[in-house]
Amino acid sequence: MIVADLLFFILAAVMIAGALGVVLSRSLYRAAFCLAATLVASAVVYLALTAPLIAAVQILLYTGGLLTLVVFALVVSGSTDNPQPWRRPVPALVVAVLVGVALMPIAWQVGGTGAGRGGLDDGVELGVLLFTRYLVPFELLSVLLLAAIFGALTVARRERQA
Amino acid sequence: MTLERILILSIVLFAIGLFGVLARRHLIAILLSLELMFNAANLAILGIAWHRGCLAGALIVLFGIAITVAEVAIGLSLFLLAERVRGVVHADELSDLRG
Repeated sequence: MIVADLLFFILAAVMIAGALGVVLSRSLYRAAFCLAATLVASAVVYLALTAPLIAAVQILLYTGGLLTLVVFALVVSGSTDNPQPWRRPVPALVVAVLVGVALMPIAWQVGGTGAGRGGLDDGVELGVLLFTRYLVPFELLSVLLLAAIFGALTVARRERQA
Repeated sequence: MTLERILILSIVLFAIGLFGVLARRHLIAILLSLELMFNAANLAILGIAWHRGCLAGALIVLFGIAITVAEVAIGLSLFLLAERVRGVVHADELSDLRG
């Protein structure tokens, strides 16, 4: 139990350090890779939450896909120098801290201290749920992805036609 | 590892991401901070699903990841458009609609 707690604290430290890196680093490449570190660390937390499938999707699709897209956009635009990366940081900090403090009671209200029931590792059951009870959201999602592809293509190509 | 700790972690990550969205100037940096907030929300959802033993929560996270990636694709193409057409990469320079 102590080992698990220690592991969780290490992961939490990595995630928070990565998040701070995203927000504070001047280089956007570094920010992107800090985000990747945070996402991979949360994938490990998902593993500990008995959800290996979600962890795999998180690493493959979320981290890999997102990092590729962002780095591609950075390379294409070539705009990574950032002499003044923040704009009015103090009010933003105040708002962020206030929102965080306001949300904290939820953690104490909802969160029990006992161990979770788990049972998120049943891939077969997940697939059955996906194609029976949640079929409509699944199909809507595929339509959304199609719309996103067309939208991205249209938005990025318009300049050439004009 | 308890649900309380997971929720606290996700709230901290959410607040950091919110700070980034509000304070960063570069459009891609804002997108990255937005991803941080999405990831915090996913973590909270999966934590609650784990606590209750509810498989549908894992499905919500799956849907959320897919929607997020679609949103990033759109956001990045908007960024490229703004950068090519207007030569603008910072959010505070796009102020045409300001009264």
